[in-house]
Amino acid sequence: MMIENQPLETVEPAKIAEYAAAKRAGGWRLVQISCTSLADAFELTYSFDKDYALQNARVIQPREGAPLPSITASYLAGFTYENELQDLFGVRLSGLALDFKGQFYRLRAKTPMSEPHVTTKPAAKPAANPTPGN
Amino acid sequence: MGARTIIPFGPQHPVLPEPIHLDLVLEDEKVVEAIPSIGFIHRGLERLAEKKDIHEMAYVSERICGICSFTHGMGYCTAIEAVMKIDVPERGHYLRMIWSEMSRIHSHLLWAGLLADGFGFENLFMQSWRLRERILDLIEETTGGRVIFGSCKIGGSRRDIADDVMARLLKELASLEKDCHAITDTFMEDSTVAKRTRGVGVIAPDDAIALGAVGPMLRASGVASDSRSLGYALYPELSFAPIVEKDGDCWARTAVRVREIYQSFDLIRQCAAKMKPGPVDVKVSGNPSGEYWARLEQPRGEVIYYVKGNGTKNLERYRVRTPTFANVPPLVHMLKNIDLADVPVIVLTIDPCISCTER
Repeated sequence: MMIENQPLETVEPAKIAEYAAAKRAGGWRLVQISCTSLADAFELTYSFDKDYALQNARVIQPREGAPLPSITASYLAGFTYENELQDLFGVRLSGLALDFKGQFYRLRAKTPMSEPHVTTKPAAKPAANPTPGN
Repeated sequence: MGARTIIPFGPQHPVLPEPIHLDLVLEDEKVVEAIPSIGFIHRGLERLAEKKDIHEMAYVSERICGICSFTHGMGYCTAIEAVMKIDVPERGHYLRMIWSEMSRIHSHLLWAGLLADGFGFENLFMQSWRLRERILDLIEETTGGRVIFGSCKIGGSRRDIADDVMARLLKELASLEKDCHAITDTFMEDSTVAKRTRGVGVIAPDDAIALGAVGPMLRASGVASDSRSLGYALYPELSFAPIVEKDGDCWARTAVRVREIYQSFDLIRQCAAKMKPGPVDVKVSGNPSGEYWARLEQPRGEVIYYVKGNGTKNLERYRVRTPTFANVPPLVHMLKNIDLADVPVIVLTIDPCISCTER
């Protein structure tokens, strides 16, 4: 059974553009950017490939706070992924080379994937005054 | 600079079987910029993982696309099997590779017909699709389905191919391979095809890599990159090398796909010769905990299946990055400084699959 070695390193949100620039200079190809909605943050993974080796960078971007720097200065191809982050998840970005401002995905619902997945939502708090006998 | 006009191309357009929109900014007949937008049929299948358990998601994955359906199911199952450390039996892998390569033949023949239709060669379109029907018949005979195979499951294959059916399959494939030359020779040698495709929509190797191109798009620009070389399933057991062309134009992308049709015939023969009797699946119990990015080579290029499990029957995250999504930036690049009349042919040579993209 073939399982790829897929190293994952954590990168600070403010450093992601710098990290991407170093990858570009090293000859890495941008493979994808994915996002998982957590309760109070977005978990982003940037994947790069070089000679069939995959390297992932994980960024935890708080829902509130400074916008996430765009990597399109190094990888123009990132505009599709980053506009997807804006349109589907509501991740705020700065410095996007091609910013469709919410119009890359022509959707009726705005940021439909912004809500945390059911399995990652925090457990509901118990009722303050449970009714006796129930 | 002359006056600029914006021509809306799509989402409904004769050369687009599926909806994507391009705002084409023109100066006279020259396209100076193309602005894409998608989302017209977005289905939100990734979030269906919250409601469907990990086994049901194999069926959902196949339904992402009506052309490369099998490889979607296979990509999902490969990702889950990596997280759960499930060893698929050898015969299960060979069956998956056979159906995967049959899908490639069917997809490339379908694409060939669409391209011929795009540049107005109606007879070539009809002949391409006539041949495609024969591969669909074989897929139906071995899986029971023509579009959705339902044959891939976590842990292996849901079906086997009996020896007598395999013998018939190989015989018919040999006959089909011979007949394919009638159309592929036309694509490669006809002067009218060359006139519409040679030197049109050129993308240089460095640009193709920088813009994230995948699949035949990338290989037609001289970059030998094919996810089958990663070694998933049992591809390392087969004699295989990525097919590469160097010109990076519409003709080169056509040539890569034409040559890949014959490569797929060969890979199926190799699989059939190496397959031994044995189980096709293993029993799977438990739920996945962990994450994995599975990379497979679909007819249109590299597909990424990301799964993240937390030990429950539902995935915490299910994400698909399709090859067409990756090929949008190269498409936008190719559409600059070309004649308006060449737009349909260039769009078709990325082999766009918008249903995949709108997963």
